[in-house]
Amino acid sequence: MGDSRWQASFNDYGNSSFLELLRRDFPALIPRAFQTSIEPMVIPSGAAAEIAHGTTVLAVRYRDGVIMAGDRQATAGFQVASRRIEKIFKSDELSGVGIAGAAGPAMEMAKLFQTELEHYEKVEGDNLSLEGKANKLGQMIRMNLQAAMMGLAVVPIFAGFDEKAGLGRLFKYDITGGRYEETNYDAQGSGSKDARDSLKKLWRRDMTRDEALRVALEALVDAADEDVGTGGPDLIRKIFPTVKTITRSGFGDVADDEVQRVCEAILADRTKAEVGS
Amino acid sequence: MPLPYYVSPEQMMKDKAEYARKGIARGRSIVTLEYGDGILLVAENPSTLLHKISEIYDRIAFAGVGKYNEFENLRIAGIRHADVKGFSYSRGDVTAKALANAYSQALGNIFTQDIKPFEVEVLVAEVSDHNGSRSEIYHILYDGTIEDERNYAAMGGQADEIRRFLKDHFQDTMTLDQAVQLGVRALTVTQNKTLSERDLEVAVLDRTKTRRKFRRLPVEALSQLLGTAR
Repeated sequence: MGDSRWQASFNDYGNSSFLELLRRDFPALIPRAFQTSIEPMVIPSGAAAEIAHGTTVLAVRYRDGVIMAGDRQATAGFQVASRRIEKIFKSDELSGVGIAGAAGPAMEMAKLFQTELEHYEKVEGDNLSLEGKANKLGQMIRMNLQAAMMGLAVVPIFAGFDEKAGLGRLFKYDITGGRYEETNYDAQGSGSKDARDSLKKLWRRDMTRDEALRVALEALVDAADEDVGTGGPDLIRKIFPTVKTITRSGFGDVADDEVQRVCEAILADRTKAEVGS
Repeated sequence: MPLPYYVSPEQMMKDKAEYARKGIARGRSIVTLEYGDGILLVAENPSTLLHKISEIYDRIAFAGVGKYNEFENLRIAGIRHADVKGFSYSRGDVTAKALANAYSQALGNIFTQDIKPFEVEVLVAEVSDHNGSRSEIYHILYDGTIEDERNYAAMGGQADEIRRFLKDHFQDTMTLDQAVQLGVRALTVTQNKTLSERDLEVAVLDRTKTRRKFRRLPVEALSQLLGTAR
């Protein structure tokens, strides 16, 4: 076995994976929900209702890339757990992840995923392909399956700009880590059906950024209108949905006052349609 | 079994140090300079794929001279250290000082315990938040000796001459192009040839950037900064 030492450096496939590093050297740092080797968790009855859930996130493809948006509410049972939660995370310069489901594990997953991508990029000196990133996220969701069965499901949307193909792409997942690419738009979370219905009617090919922003916010307003878990634009506290764009030039914020302006326009139009001006 | 020859500890250390120094002296040099917006790292490195300078974490960069496989291992160990620490505490808790200490321990142990010492010197730089507050530059030698450098640092084959040159020419709050030009001049001070942008690997820790401050300067940007653009 004299040559086993040099051979080891070829067998170390997980060399650039942060998750593999944690698994090998720091298993205690892996969020509990993602530890596959542990005994099943027992969540006492009633506790599930007290766990905060993120509600609606969506991604829409437009001319320059993808726009991602999410409402700001976390809901635990029939209570508002948080009014200001952020659900769209930058995973790297050219991709983002929108989280829905149990907020705690979902945020852990977003943080782990972001570290995973950055770690790979630094070690390899190169970015993962968009396809590679999407698969990696799928593997993480699969790790969470056991917890998902007990009511702690995490179902994100992943979207990014594919440099090779020169276009924005988006992916949805189910709790088993199954990965499905959507071509035009998708929504996830408790208000997702209403948001999707809205997007189905409003989405058009080759929208500009401003058009896509309006369409995304219309869908969130619809979701908030129909789904009790989803928070609408909060005019009292001036809390508005999070909106991010991902294009060739990177991951960008849409400023709060622009989101506010569009939200107010949408609400004014609806008031006018309902009761006249 | 024959007894091994007795070699005095002094002699053994001296031999190892000489061996390591010879290996490092064969390699090309790297300079690091503070400038107005951060820290600049310039390496003579004709390869665009095998890097000597690298990002470690948000505000921290790494540079290595000597044997590639050895400093590459140290680089990856540094990224692991930083990412694990940032993941378990917070991003702000990752510091160059802790990392430099880890490198110092590692190189010190290898130097005393292994038959062959590492033929490398590494540098860890951390850019400060504001212009005026002090950035940190740590220089760690093959035997684990650690130096806390101020304003500029040099390592590799001609480090002593380069350091002397920088001592005379370094100025506070240079612009990026002034700093790049000074860095390249420093690298050529002991050589008769000039270096073009294709022989250089240049990166900065730019405090004006958000979160990840590390940025490589591509060849086109470099030729503009050097005033050789056509």
